Amino acid sequence: MSKPRIKVPKKASAGDIIIIKALVSHNMESGQRKDDDGNTIPREIINKFECFFNDSPVFSCDIDPAVASNPFLEFRAKVEESGVFKFAWTDDNGTIIEAEKSIEVA
Amino acid sequence: MNNERRRLLIGALGSIGLIGTSRVYATAEEVETAIKAIAGDAQIQQGALTLNAPEIAENGNSVPISVSVDSSMTSDSYVESVAIFADANPTPQVITFHFTENSGEAYAATRMRLATTQNVVAIAKMNDGSVFTDTKNVKVTIGGCGG
Amino acid sequence: MQVKSVGVYGLVFGLALGGFAVADPVDDVLVIDEELQITTRTNSVEGHPLPEVISGWHYRSDETRALEADSFDNPGMLGVEDGESIWHKVEGTKGNSCASCHNDAAVSMKGVGARYPKWDEKSQRPINIEGQINACRVENMDAEPYPFDKGGQKPLTAYIKHQSLGMPVEIDLSEGDMQQWWDDGKETYYKRTGQLNLSCAGCHEQNNGKNIRADHLSQGNVNGFPTYRLKQNKLISLHNRFRGCIRDTRAEFPPAFSDVLMGLEVYTTWRSTGLSVETPAVRQ
Repeated sequence: MSKPRIKVPKKASAGDIIIIKALVSHNMESGQRKDDDGNTIPREIINKFECFFNDSPVFSCDIDPAVASNPFLEFRAKVEESGVFKFAWTDDNGTIIEAEKSIEVA
Repeated sequence: MNNERRRLLIGALGSIGLIGTSRVYATAEEVETAIKAIAGDAQIQQGALTLNAPEIAENGNSVPISVSVDSSMTSDSYVESVAIFADANPTPQVITFHFTENSGEAYAATRMRLATTQNVVAIAKMNDGSVFTDTKNVKVTIGGCGG
Repeated sequence: MQVKSVGVYGLVFGLALGGFAVADPVDDVLVIDEELQITTRTNSVEGHPLPEVISGWHYRSDETRALEADSFDNPGMLGVEDGESIWHKVEGTKGNSCASCHNDAAVSMKGVGARYPKWDEKSQRPINIEGQINACRVENMDAEPYPFDKGGQKPLTAYIKHQSLGMPVEIDLSEGDMQQWWDDGKETYYKRTGQLNLSCAGCHEQNNGKNIRADHLSQGNVNGFPTYRLKQNKLISLHNRFRGCIRDTRAEFPPAFSDVLMGLEVYTTWRSTGLSVETPAVRQ
């Protein structure tokens, strides 16, 4: 699995609302498909995404199989100080993919 | 008959209604029930919430959608969540976005799967319990060249 | 089977009546990340049957076009990033990675993707990026060659071609027997095949801009491969696309990298001369 792609501006001014984009490589197996022998392919999706800034929650979502493979998310965050964004994607099998991005706020 | 041919045949028959398919799809009623569960006793209003989705999706496997809600997003007044439903997918749930006052703006976007032409419904719940909704019909293009 | 036959007759009947709906390519300009202008329409190369070559990008919806205009939004870039890590990965018994010989791909591979396929003296046939990667793996790394579309073949090809993003496609037909392979590719391009009796030219030369059922036919240019297709939500190689098209004519399709498809790659790449490399392009 490739590492997640995350877009956070490197710098911002205090009080700015910034744009964050996140993309992770994942099949998002819906549990609806069948293999060539007619057996249902078990569901395995990213079911949760969370974003924290300096450990306080910013944005999260509960994800269902109707989200496209290689799930893409875009959202906003209001920044008042420099710090670190933490991101976590949780897979049905319990795997958590984590990533961080720092921002300098003047 | 190999599998590929069987699928074509079943697909063709199913699409003209000669035989039923085993797959169960969501219904508008299920979406309505899910929305009522979120709204509770609150009146479901239009206006503050905007759902953006293309009128025609070139491919149902990846359809860009976004939601935005008019809100000051302060600790006194903010959007708690926006849930998305689709009324003709295998299951109605799509995604639920949760916002905080650190979000600054109640905006979120993703890319979703649409099994066929259908309604996409968004429902926003505010911290004061009020509820807003918006719906878009998305036509899904089916019947081009595979590959 | 009955139902399927009706479908076949319906399509043939539609074609016979000239039943294509017209929908012109969209008038728009592709600038990636607001800085790199991509040539998506240009005068065609001398001898080309169409006056202007137009990238498939113009035939797609607003939403699909927007995905390619932003290198973050483009999901094909996940594959390009995979390719970058493969570039640096040591494989085989000689202890080499791609980078061991070629160092920084941004320097060494710049322009390469715009010039392939080219004549390969050693094998005495044209070689494409996938073939060159395998030749390197066998000769310089002592690693197993990638089977078609397997292992790192697609991401590494996408990564290498991406180093030429924005550069015009231009292949050299003067080397070796390239002209003969071009001639053979041209013959394949115009030859009707399959139960539907279609040629490449029937759709992509004579009817591009029109709809075949729900599909808006492009000129079939190859400057964006490997291409991220929303249908499969992954990178699709050129030879997979060739095979998909041929399958849609209801013909047996030739193996990837066979003489027939290598000739077709030479010919179709020549037809795309002057368009920018778009790898990874985004299509429906």
